[in-house]
Amino acid sequence: MINKMTRRAALAGVASLALLATGATSALADSWKPQKPIEMVIMAGQGGGADRLARLFQSIIQKENLASMPVLPVNKGGGSGAEALRYLKDNEADAHKIMATLNSYYTTPIRNDIGVDIEEFTPIARMALDTFVLWVNADSDIQTMEDWVAAVKASGGEWKMGGTGTGQEDSLVTAMLEKEFGIKITYVPFKGGGDVAKNLVGGHIDSTVNNPSEQMGFWQAGKSRPIAAFTPERLDVFPDVPTATELGHDIVYWMQRSFVGPKDMPAEAVAYYTEMFEKLSETAEWQQYTTDKALMADFLTGDELQAYFLEERAKHAAILADMEGDGSS
Amino acid sequence: METLALLGEGFATSLSPLNLMIVILGVTAGLFIGAMPGLGSVNGVAIVLPLTFIVPPSSAIILLCAIYYGAMYGGAISSVLLGIPGASTAVATTFDGRPMAQQGKAGLALIAAAVASFVGGTISVVLFTLFAVPLADLALAFGPAEEFALVLLAFTTFVGLGGDDVLKTIVMICLGLVLSTVGLDLISGSPRLVFGDLPGFYAGISFLVLAIGVYGIGEILYTIETSRTAPTVTPAKITLRELGAGFRAMNRMWKTMSLGSFLGFFVGMLPAAGATPASLMAYGIARSTSKVPESFGKGNIEGVAAPETANNAASTGSLLPMLTLGIPGSPTTALLLGGMVMWGLMPGPMLFIEQPDFVWGLISSLYTANFAAVLINIALIPLFVWALRMPFTVLCALVMVLCIVGGFAPSQKMHDVWLIAGFGVAGYLLRKADYPLAPLVLALVLGPLMERSFRQTLISEQGNVLAFVERPLSGAFIAIAALFFVLPLVKYLRKGGRQSVAPAE
Repeated sequence: MINKMTRRAALAGVASLALLATGATSALADSWKPQKPIEMVIMAGQGGGADRLARLFQSIIQKENLASMPVLPVNKGGGSGAEALRYLKDNEADAHKIMATLNSYYTTPIRNDIGVDIEEFTPIARMALDTFVLWVNADSDIQTMEDWVAAVKASGGEWKMGGTGTGQEDSLVTAMLEKEFGIKITYVPFKGGGDVAKNLVGGHIDSTVNNPSEQMGFWQAGKSRPIAAFTPERLDVFPDVPTATELGHDIVYWMQRSFVGPKDMPAEAVAYYTEMFEKLSETAEWQQYTTDKALMADFLTGDELQAYFLEERAKHAAILADMEGDGSS
Repeated sequence: METLALLGEGFATSLSPLNLMIVILGVTAGLFIGAMPGLGSVNGVAIVLPLTFIVPPSSAIILLCAIYYGAMYGGAISSVLLGIPGASTAVATTFDGRPMAQQGKAGLALIAAAVASFVGGTISVVLFTLFAVPLADLALAFGPAEEFALVLLAFTTFVGLGGDDVLKTIVMICLGLVLSTVGLDLISGSPRLVFGDLPGFYAGISFLVLAIGVYGIGEILYTIETSRTAPTVTPAKITLRELGAGFRAMNRMWKTMSLGSFLGFFVGMLPAAGATPASLMAYGIARSTSKVPESFGKGNIEGVAAPETANNAASTGSLLPMLTLGIPGSPTTALLLGGMVMWGLMPGPMLFIEQPDFVWGLISSLYTANFAAVLINIALIPLFVWALRMPFTVLCALVMVLCIVGGFAPSQKMHDVWLIAGFGVAGYLLRKADYPLAPLVLALVLGPLMERSFRQTLISEQGNVLAFVERPLSGAFIAIAALFFVLPLVKYLRKGGRQSVAPAE
């Protein structure tokens, strides 16, 4: 609830101060420029992969002067991102709101009737595909995928897998694991990936499928251990960690990291943001980050992006239907 | 010793003329931002973030922290003067701050708030300096079960205490909990209690909206009724003698202030909690450990000091998980995290090892920011108190406007303004019927955290309710909670069941 003390108030009284603060104007599109700070809505809580990424984007945009107005990140992670989706829907045609998406962009509206159809939203840019890795606490005896499966089986269904909201990415990967190995896992939902990572290191849950960026700090400090990556090929940052695929288990899953605008966002604004993110995707900082945190930079915009969204939504609808068929939640 | 050497080096950075100037600037700006209802430290830091590119990184962090600190001090100002919480963290300060102002003791309340903030800030920075790294492990030891137990503890401090009717308190807590469930389900995302699909309710009920309604509008309505035309607001004086009296009064409150500091620091450290729950809990504990609990809510200076020490201590505490674990404990620290990423600093377990210059520069700047904040705050108190001299007819309208602006600004939805009006009328009626309002606000703040941690624990423990008492840390909290609940009851019974209806004012 505290998080709902949003930064939006800044938009109200102090836009002029912010204008002053940004100083030099951007060299971007002459036709349209934001008239007030740009609100970057994040579909997840603080400290998770999506949040860190959004804040990194904000920093790069401001450092490289890619926008003529400050960017204010706002977390609306409640209800697996339903809070953010609903918010975007309620701000139709607003040219100063963009949303950083996760895969819950597809799954949340499918799972709950929140009156949101993502087809109505305006696609802006896909920045990257994020990866998933199976993690355990460094104190655990588990070294391989085999060990992990054995331990889960031995727990008799009480194995605690922590992750983001039910029906979100982490729970889908968990469902895929359950199906592949014929095991039963207790899935514990948390507010965001950062919270999940902390609870693994604190010993409150037994394993996670965090994005590499969420566990990187703990891994470097020797507090968590990657077991397997859910990518087609090994990740450069973890050359010794096998992929599930090479172990004979075909589980590959990506998280899209994109930006969308509300329904009927003015075309000039869409062009402005598209150009902004394109410039961003070319910066050295971004390229460095994708390498360090094992993200696949894969820039996509406009109609192609919308087609991708709709295709992924269909895929996720199928996965969800499958999950519910199993009777697992 | 090594710590002291590192801190010394940090001071070499934070005491340079440029950085000192930045601290003074940041604290002053923060003070005013914090004092404006609807604008909090989050806004201040967000607005200034781009500015930080023109100064070196160490100065930039110092500026951000100075604003953060200044806003924590400033939040108390409108809580005391106008009865509207200036920031979410200052809600508890209205409970006794406002009555003090009405009794003509606004200056004293403001001094108490400033000094308490300084004490809370300083004690917590010392804790931070000495134990930052080991304490990070303690933050890790807090799982969902422990979070739930802690929240339960917070509630029990509000139940069954001297002044208020036990039943009425419980009713108010339940009402607050119901309000906190409005919106999207925390775990599954399905809408709850949205009253036939009213879009405004999807976002839930912001507790600031509730607090502004019941305390801001409700209070004004009550004052208008009780005083009819010309309310007797005792004019506040602020003289050197008042100042001296203020400091002497503070000197008697070391127990309250140290309790508030430790509590604030630890609660602030938990990523799920933060400064607002910390300040409410400190208020509850100060009241339940007081010899005169019935004087709370009627202008007890300890009721101002306790939440103010706790919220400042919590603001330092929430820096700890941000720096050591990379997990921000509050919206403002999330912004600071963004700022650090911008300078290529990666918060997390390795930061203290890889970037000692940065870390110690930051820690030392917390000391200077604290010092600057208390001095500037006290210097400005006469100005703030002078604002109270305006006629009530003017002040009343001004407060109403500020309430509406403060409620509208964060969400920019008329929905929240209507809610404020509704809560205002409800708050007025509840007050007339002698229902305590603090537990209502507390329940709305802590409700979501309580519900989430409860459900998480039950899911991971296969529905075993005993899990809460079986774990050592959460078991201990629950035991203390039980004690808090039973003790006042025993006290009450021994007094021979003195009439439970609180005397009318």
